[in-house]
Amino acid sequence: MSFLIDSSIMITSQILFFGFGWLFFMRQLFKDYEVRQYVVQVIFSVTFAFSCTMFELIIFEILGVLNSSSRYFHWKMNLCVILLILVFMVPFYIGYFIVSNIRLLHKQRLLFSCLLWLTFMYFFWKLGDPFPILSPKHGILSIEQLISRVGVIGVTLMALLSGFGAVNCPYTYMSYFLRNVTDTDILALERRLLQTMDMIISKKKRMAMTRRTMFQKGEVHNRPSGFWGMIKSVTTSAPGSENLTLIQQEVDALEELSRQLFLETADLYATKERIEYSKTFKGKYFNFLGYFFSIYCVWKIFMATINIVFDRVGKTDPVTRGIEITVNYLGIQFDVKFWSQHISFILVGIIIVTSIRGLLITLTKFFYAISSSKSSNVIVLLLAQIMGMYFVSSVLLIRMSMPLEYRTIITEVLGELQFNFYHRWFDVIFLVSALSSILFLYLAHKQAPEKHMAP
Amino acid sequence: MASLDRVKVLVLGDSGVGKSSLVHLLCQNQVLGNPSWTVGCSVDVRVHDYKEGTPEEKTYYIELWDVGGSVGSASSVKSTRAVFYNSVNGIILVHDLTNKKSSQNLYRWSLEALNRDLVPTGVLVTNGDYDREQFADNQIPLLVIGTKLDQIHENKRHEVLTRTAFLAEDFNAEEINLDCTNPRYLAAGSSNAVKLSHREEILFKRW
Repeated sequence: MSFLIDSSIMITSQILFFGFGWLFFMRQLFKDYEVRQYVVQVIFSVTFAFSCTMFELIIFEILGVLNSSSRYFHWKMNLCVILLILVFMVPFYIGYFIVSNIRLLHKQRLLFSCLLWLTFMYFFWKLGDPFPILSPKHGILSIEQLISRVGVIGVTLMALLSGFGAVNCPYTYMSYFLRNVTDTDILALERRLLQTMDMIISKKKRMAMTRRTMFQKGEVHNRPSGFWGMIKSVTTSAPGSENLTLIQQEVDALEELSRQLFLETADLYATKERIEYSKTFKGKYFNFLGYFFSIYCVWKIFMATINIVFDRVGKTDPVTRGIEITVNYLGIQFDVKFWSQHISFILVGIIIVTSIRGLLITLTKFFYAISSSKSSNVIVLLLAQIMGMYFVSSVLLIRMSMPLEYRTIITEVLGELQFNFYHRWFDVIFLVSALSSILFLYLAHKQAPEKHMAP
Repeated sequence: MASLDRVKVLVLGDSGVGKSSLVHLLCQNQVLGNPSWTVGCSVDVRVHDYKEGTPEEKTYYIELWDVGGSVGSASSVKSTRAVFYNSVNGIILVHDLTNKKSSQNLYRWSLEALNRDLVPTGVLVTNGDYDREQFADNQIPLLVIGTKLDQIHENKRHEVLTRTAFLAEDFNAEEINLDCTNPRYLAAGSSNAVKLSHREEILFKRW
């Protein structure tokens, strides 16, 4: 009986998450596009719903809500469904939509998408070989095999994003890094941009007139096609067409210049807005946060290095450590069990919410930047895949932040994964990502003021 | 060749509707082989014989300014784009017949371009609402072009075309629907070419 109640609670929450994912898709991601293939929207919302359910089960574990056997059952079921989606459905549909975009292969779409999916499965399998993630007692198609590989990909993604985010966050918040931009700078650049456009226009006018006179005189300026065409054009080339190619080259160079100027002007406008924003209260508050985050970032890099160098994986979670410190050193006595439950609930809750929110924001920005009307379906499915893998590996890593008694369910369900490996791998990739982001931002920052000084 | 007389026409529309292909087709009478993203603005020139066949015939260049980007761009990009909207003689609004959102966004595009002259600081103060009266006394001739006609299935064509007819009426503009990969649509003598030259004549009369 209690199993039925528990299941109905779980199913209601899943439907809620599904609705949220659907709304997010419609309102945020696909704002400027028309949804023609509803399959894509359904897949995205389903992935989101099942990922959030996993987090919900962790929270229930900590709070002790629901029957423990029904929790275990739902864990297993949830995991199976998510793996099914991430390994079978989404890659297949990605292949299908990629193939649909290519006009040549339109007829045999299904065949080619199956081929693509098989290639994906092959590489996905090979991914597991160089990593010491499993003990060899498990069969080929067990949950542990699939989860271990999904975990590797997801942890890599998480570490890359964290590393970049940890460095980029103080860089954008702090106004110390803002370059000084005046209105005259912007006006000067705009003038250069318009002058370049005028030069392009006058050259194109010459080209159009030349082409017109050539057309009227009966010469047709065509691209030399084929082998004989090329040989012919070497010996007999009309003076008009030679002129045209010369002018065309100049126009190409000018167009490249106009693009550069446009991007620089947009950059200057953005910097000017940021300078104005930093003078407001909100701006000052974020500036202060930026200093705080930069200290946090340095500390995290330091800890990651120590972990790798000394081959140390934290045995106790921060909650228990914190409680130990307060009890032993500060002498404050309180009910350990009660407080550890609530504090770990809050801590884990914060981690979950911020990582979901951060991921959705990053995905939206990424989607706006690179999608077009042709590729929007493929990109959204890729994002759904990334989101699913990210959330699965969050579950793996969150285990470290929870006290021992709550870790059991994750260990039970996920089997004998080498959790320590994943933490080590996270530290390594985090370090690499953070250091390369620092290098990258340093180079970008250095290069920018020199661009403006050039006449 | 009048160097002081400039006729400037903006080509506006969402990302990926086919503005670059359209401009290439209009100016070079050839199909654009490898369309890629337009960063900033690309210009092309179309030669037009004003009052052809009459003794006052004169050859003009119409500059087609193809401005890239989307309505939802960051405000810094919008401010940068605003520099192209100066002293415009005509606007071509391009939307994708297979994508309804691109036609809805045309209202915002036209507001962005037309309000440029009213607010010299470059900051857009529209509330996004479309007001027909704003367009009633608009002196700048508009032309609405729908692209990717070939990708619409025969059955759906009728409802799509009625919808776009309403759109053109809202703007008090002429409309053309075509496929940018097929030069036949703008071939001399076709109804589209006639509409186009008709619009161009209006452009010159007002200018």
